[in-house]
Order: sequence, then structure tokens, then C-alpha cells
Amino acid sequence: MNIVVCIKQVPDTTEVKINPQTGTLIREGVPSIMNPDDKGGLEFALQLKEKYGANVTVITMGLPQADAILREALAMGVDRAILLTDRRLGGADTLATSSAIAGALRTMDYDIIITGRQAIDGDTAQVGPQIAEHLDLPQVSYLEHIDYDEATKTFTVRKQTEEGYQTLQMQAPCLVTVLASAVKPRYMSVNGIVTAFDKEVEIWNADKIDVPEERIGKAGSPTNVYKSFPKQLKPAGETFEVSPEEAVDLIINKLKEKHLI
Amino acid sequence: MNIEEYKDVYVFAEQRDGKIQNVALELLGKAHELAQSLGEKVVAVLCGNNIANKAQSLIAAGADKVVLIEDPVLDTYMTEPYTQAITKVIQDCKPSIFMLGATTIGRDLGPRLSARNITGLTADCTKLEIGEDRTFLMTRPAFGGNLMATITCKNHRPQMATVRPGVMQRMQADESRQGEIIPLKVNFNMEKINRVKLVENVKETKTIADIAEAKILVSGGRGVGTGDGFAKLEALAHELGGEVSSSRAMVDAGVMPQSRQVGQTGKTVRPALYMACGISGAIQHLAGMEESEFIIAINKDKFAPIFSVADLGIVGDLHKIVPMLTQRLKEMQK
Repeated sequence: MNIVVCIKQVPDTTEVKINPQTGTLIREGVPSIMNPDDKGGLEFALQLKEKYGANVTVITMGLPQADAILREALAMGVDRAILLTDRRLGGADTLATSSAIAGALRTMDYDIIITGRQAIDGDTAQVGPQIAEHLDLPQVSYLEHIDYDEATKTFTVRKQTEEGYQTLQMQAPCLVTVLASAVKPRYMSVNGIVTAFDKEVEIWNADKIDVPEERIGKAGSPTNVYKSFPKQLKPAGETFEVSPEEAVDLIINKLKEKHLI
Repeated sequence: MNIEEYKDVYVFAEQRDGKIQNVALELLGKAHELAQSLGEKVVAVLCGNNIANKAQSLIAAGADKVVLIEDPVLDTYMTEPYTQAITKVIQDCKPSIFMLGATTIGRDLGPRLSARNITGLTADCTKLEIGEDRTFLMTRPAFGGNLMATITCKNHRPQMATVRPGVMQRMQADESRQGEIIPLKVNFNMEKINRVKLVENVKETKTIADIAEAKILVSGGRGVGTGDGFAKLEALAHELGGEVSSSRAMVDAGVMPQSRQVGQTGKTVRPALYMACGISGAIQHLAGMEESEFIIAINKDKFAPIFSVADLGIVGDLHKIVPMLTQRLKEMQK
């Protein structure tokens, strides 16, 4: 089985702080990490490899420093790592991003493509399903469990829904998007860390992928950022540091005043 | 693409088991406002099997027209048949704007549609408005909710957006509103549809109410700590006639179920009263609750960011204050 996992390097948005004076982001010192849902997808791929035998490839599109998450994936046990990086791919929205990654996948062999559900820096959950559409693959998103039947090349998967879950079946080739909460990613092995830096990360540019030029980068992006601005929080009310008894009085009075009790 | 040919504001009328989802009604309320500023119509797109009897409720909620597609393959939501059905609507009806709820269904269908029809999709919008020269301005949180970005889709149609449940407000239903129901026939490509088979659709019988619907929420974070801590919050919620919700930390810790999570990766809530107990107020949490009408925060740390959005802040120990407050409310009932 050939498995390709799409991963992304993201700023750890839980570490981002706001400068209270200026209302702007403090980006300094914010670490870059492998997107959590993608790491969940990688763990699913490695489990499939252990159970059924597979070649696992990771691919990321990004800046040269995204090499770090590919090394991490190698240390976790993947067989091959590809960094798709090119200025011509920059300024891409989700559609142009998915077109570029689909362009790379078109040149590869795969039975299943695994992506994270969404990335924590954008939270759009779009790139996975868009890749599936470009490659004309069936998809299941919000995946929490996966099984494979080798004889029929059929995947049986469990999808999270608001009400519970669905069990679905589909044949290879297909695409799934994975939830980080569904699985605990393994740590990098000591041996893996040592060898990860000896392994080759393949660097691909836009000439290497199979996609029309007008579909990638800024030109291939239907959406544009018109403006961005720091979030306006409403003015804070009053805060009291009082005894529990006084606190209860304050709360009761407010609840009465607002007709909440 | 001649974008002049595209007009009207379309809403995907998401239904499950024949029940129109609240988010669809909320989107119709917003669509009504947008269509008024454009001088255009509101169109609801209703897909399902034997679902025609729901069309009138969409008209009452603000639709001027309902495009109705009925077929057995549309009974339960599946990616491919729904993508085919809506693509047919896009090709035949040429919508200028198309909005979906940011549910597990809308977030599965939306990107598939954008890629099939080569157009832009803006996820999880919190503000939608018509700008100068009739541009559709879609504002959403970015960078984990730390920044807001306004997105446009100038040269492609439809201009697509998803909106999370609870963000927009529905209109008062008006049963006397008149509208047109337009049945549409789709020739489905069954070969593509049959690539994914639904084996079972399990609905876990939850006795819990939907936190997005609750008027009062007593919400707990890391400071609550354990299930025992949450029992104190439940007692208070019971006295107030509300529900208990949670921050992400307590969901990740396995103390609370994901269905009760408020925030960027959980639910967006806007109750009349939000009581944040032991929640520090990470920006991702604030994104899910700051629109609440009245916010009370109880936290030991006076520098906790939750106080920056609270209408009433109490620096103190929730484990003392919450039971005391519950007791006082009980006594008042007598």
C-alpha cells in the first residue's frame, strides 16, 4: 500500500499573545510546529504501515524552514519526505494551495491520501476535500478510526458527526481528513532522530508538479484578503477582589438587575 | 465567466432526518439583510428525500424562492450526491452568493463545491456585509482567532461562505410570507456516488441539551479541575435553569465531552448569561463566547484574560463561591 500524508507547518497559535497596548500580535518567540490534525493523520498512516505494510510519504508545501516538520516525520518513521517550495506557489488561498498539492500528488502513486481536518492557523478545513476533488477521489472527512481489508482494497472508516458517528466504506484510491483528538501521535524514536538528519528531504519546485500555471499561487486564488485588523474586544466591566460572601452578593445583585433570576 | 449573469443570495438549507437545521434559518436571516442591500432575492436550496413539506418553513424564515431537489440519494447527507446536486444549482441558477452552515456537513460540502466549480470559499465567517461597488465582504477570524481578516472573491462566482451555528440571527418566522417553490431535476452520476457506501449512521442518544441553544451557561475550565468540580457547576446550572459547558482544556483532559466545548474548535455560544468559572480565557475560548449578553468570570488569577471580556469579574476561589451561590439561590426559591 502507498500512503501519502499531507502536512503543514504552523505557528503554535496557542502561544500567540496580544500586546494589550497596541492590540497587535506578538509573533516573536512563537514556535512553529507540525499542525496537530496532520500529526494525527501521520499517526494513522504509521499504524496502517505497521498492520498491513506500506510505504509512507509525507509532503508539505511551504517555506524552506518547513524542512523541520519533515525531519520530525522521518524521525517518527515515514519512508520518504517531500518539500514543495517555490515562490510561484506563494500568496495562495486554499483553492490554489490544494491545486498545487494535487499537482504534486498526480505525479505519485497512492492508495490513500491522508490530510489533517484543518490547520490551526487558518481553521478552514478546505484543503483536504479540495485535493480530493481535483484528483476525482472519494473522501471522508472528520475521520476518527480506520481499518483496511487487503483482499478487496477497501477502507472501513468511522466519521465523527454532531450526533454521533457514521461508518463508511470506500475503495482505494481515496482521501480522508483526520481529527487530532482521535489518536495519540507517537514520539520520535531516538534512533529515528539520529537518522532523520542523514535522510534526504526531496525539494520540489513548481516545474515538478502536474498543474496548469494559472491554477497556482496568487493567480490561481479566487479569494483575496481585503484587509486584516486586530480583534476588537469589548470594554471590560468591573473586577472585584472580595471575600466569597461579598462575591455572592455582587453576583446575586447583578443577576437580579439583569432579570436573570 | 461573466459575473454579471450571477445574482441572488443562496442558502444551503441543511436538514438532518427531515429537520431543517437552525443554522440554515440563521443564514436565511442574514441573507434577507444582504439581499435587501443588493436589491436581489433570497433563495434557499433544499435537498433531501420527501422533503417538500419543509419548503414553506424556509419561506417563513426569509426565503423568496426555494429550489427543491428530491431524490432517494439525498436522504442522508453524503459528499458526492450533494456536491452533484448543488453543482447543478450553481450551473443552472447562477447564484451570486452561496452560504452554508459551518457544520460537519457544510465544511465537507463547501470545499468540494468550491473546487468543482473553481470559486472561492471563506470559512467560518463572523461578519458578512455588502461593501462599496456591491462587493461581498466576508470577515473571519484568522491566526487562531488573534486577527480578523476580511476576504473578497471578486472575479469568481458564486462567492461562497460558511458561517458557524449561533453566529447570525434568524428572523421572526412569518407564516404569511409568500414564496415560490422551484423543483429541480438532477441526473446523478451513480458510479461516482457509489464509491462511498454508508454502512451505519449512529446517533448517540444524548440526554444533554445543545449548549448553543442554552440561555444560561455555567462554564468550567482548568480551575474546576475534575468531575467533582463540575458537579458543583452542574448544581449551580440547575438552580439557574442553565446548562454546563467547558473550555477545551477540560475536554482534552477527558473530563467533559466535546459536545460541551465552547470556543474556536468547539461551539460558538451567545447566551443571556455566561458564567466562566476557572477559565483563564485563551483567545480561542473568547472567540466562542464573547458575544454573550452578560458575562461573569470567577478566577483566582486577577490577570486572567477572561476578565477583559467579563461584565462582572470576581477574583476568588470558584470552589467556595459556586456552592455558596448555589445555596443562596436555593434559599431564594423557598
